[in-house]
Amino acid sequence: MEKKTLVLGVIGADVHAVGVSILNRAFLDAGFDVVNLGVMVSQEEFISAAIETGADAIMVSSLYGQGELDCRGLREKCDEAGLKGILLYVGGNIVIGKHEFSEVEKRFKDMGFDRAFPPGTDPQTTIDCLKEDFHLN
Amino acid sequence: MRPVLLIDFGSTYTKVTAVDLETEELLGTSQSWTTIQTDIGEGLADAVAKLEEKTGPLQFEARYACSSAAGGLRMITSGLVPELTAEAAKQASLGAGAKIRGVYSFELTEDDIEDIDAEHPDIFLLTGGTDGGNKECILHNADMLATCKTDFPVVIAGNRSVARTCAKKLEGREVHIVENVMPKFGALNIKPAQDKIREIFLKRIVEAKGYTKAQSLIDNIAMPTPSAMMQAMQLLAEGCENPDGSKETGIGDLLAVDVGGATTDIYSVCDGMPRAGMDTIFKGLPEPYIKRTVEGDIGMRYSIHGIEEAVGTGYISQLSGIPEDRCREMIDYLGRNTEVVPTDAESEALDFALASGAIKTAVTRHAGRLEEFYTMNGIAYMQTGKDLREIRQIIVTGGSLIHTKRTGKIASAAFWDPQDPFSLKPKQADIWVDRSYILAAMGLLSGYYPGTALRIMKKELKKDGYQE
Repeated sequence: MEKKTLVLGVIGADVHAVGVSILNRAFLDAGFDVVNLGVMVSQEEFISAAIETGADAIMVSSLYGQGELDCRGLREKCDEAGLKGILLYVGGNIVIGKHEFSEVEKRFKDMGFDRAFPPGTDPQTTIDCLKEDFHLN
Repeated sequence: MRPVLLIDFGSTYTKVTAVDLETEELLGTSQSWTTIQTDIGEGLADAVAKLEEKTGPLQFEARYACSSAAGGLRMITSGLVPELTAEAAKQASLGAGAKIRGVYSFELTEDDIEDIDAEHPDIFLLTGGTDGGNKECILHNADMLATCKTDFPVVIAGNRSVARTCAKKLEGREVHIVENVMPKFGALNIKPAQDKIREIFLKRIVEAKGYTKAQSLIDNIAMPTPSAMMQAMQLLAEGCENPDGSKETGIGDLLAVDVGGATTDIYSVCDGMPRAGMDTIFKGLPEPYIKRTVEGDIGMRYSIHGIEEAVGTGYISQLSGIPEDRCREMIDYLGRNTEVVPTDAESEALDFALASGAIKTAVTRHAGRLEEFYTMNGIAYMQTGKDLREIRQIIVTGGSLIHTKRTGKIASAAFWDPQDPFSLKPKQADIWVDRSYILAAMGLLSGYYPGTALRIMKKELKKDGYQE
């Protein structure tokens, strides 16, 4: 079976580089092809990279609290760019302040994300979700 | 004496340069009209006769030529995403010395095919998708290209998974498969495509364009003229090794400006990536170490209005000291009478301002930019394109500039400008002027006698002594 390709990056004006490197390693070890765009990645960059590499999922990381603003409209832009149905994941400190995560998750799902993960998620959790969504195993 | 003849078949002039390999001296230069319509050898013979009037008869031990005649190497490229594979394809073609007649991204349409047929390129470069990435776009484009009525060779340099399938779709045409211009996301791999383009140019284009008649007069048409320029610039920057193992030093990282009547070409030889330790993140495709850009709307005569549009009449008026109305009048006149050269103080002042505007615009487009970002951790910078700030050598060539008087001052339009601080242009530099117009010739010679070519360049590119 062909390897699944993930486009990974930290969205917006966010320069937190450590988490994304750990995710990169974990996804590679789990057998995915990873296109790691690093930090300060715009929505357009995620989309261009996904088109050119024929990616199966876009993995958005955000740690500085502005994730909700940065992620708004990403699903619509993907649709517009011909990436209909591509998996969208988001994780990290994706909102400011204390909120019930189920509420946050709902907000991101309403924005068109397939999955949202709270701070401190083990990479293995995300990998399990990917395998489930790709119908691997 | 061991004279060698170097020939540049230009679109208008056939330029000849003679050097002596023994003394490593420039013997002379001369030019005549390019006679591509009848027999390209006629113009060449005439140019050589004029040369020999100055030097006396010469027994050339070799004759090498480069060419941009009959429209040069006209190419069209296609890729997928504009700033990714389409950009990589464009870089590959420019670096191979091509004149780019069209860059397409995403899927080709029937209208595009009509335009491509009308343009009838010498070579088409088909790219799209990283290896294992998107397949649909390049497959669609191969299908569309197969419907073209005109015939041209196609170089396929896209997603390797479907390269063969694309070739099958184009059966009946001359097709070449080479490595992907962007095998992995963000990795630029343009040399294999360039080598193939060069090979096709030598085999097919040279023959098709009627150079074969001159074949008996010359040993080799080695490359398109812009490639010769790039080789000269690389040699001048890097230096080379002498046969005895000693090193002939170059002058280091450089920027070269070639301002012509119709276009302005800029070359840079430097790494240009963010320096370690700075809070700068690089975005976009990695930049080629030897980068060439061509501004088709910036030139001293045919594209004179492009300069005016880019910098504004006010800029030209201020630099030349000529009132704006008079500037407009003179610019219109020169646009219609492209062969006019400056004869008095006023027209010289205008050309001075125009050349400055051309260089300012073309170098700004060539150079990278910084953007400032305020993050939780303080200010961060994002760089796109090449950082030229550390370049300390600027080479000036081009018929429109080598005869000007204040060339150093004109070249200073290439410098970093406090009014536009995020444009990454050289902060200061020595200016070298190609007074004898020999750079392309030395690029040709460098393929056979690099040490000699380098020493002649260093001797002939008289330092203008201008620094800022």
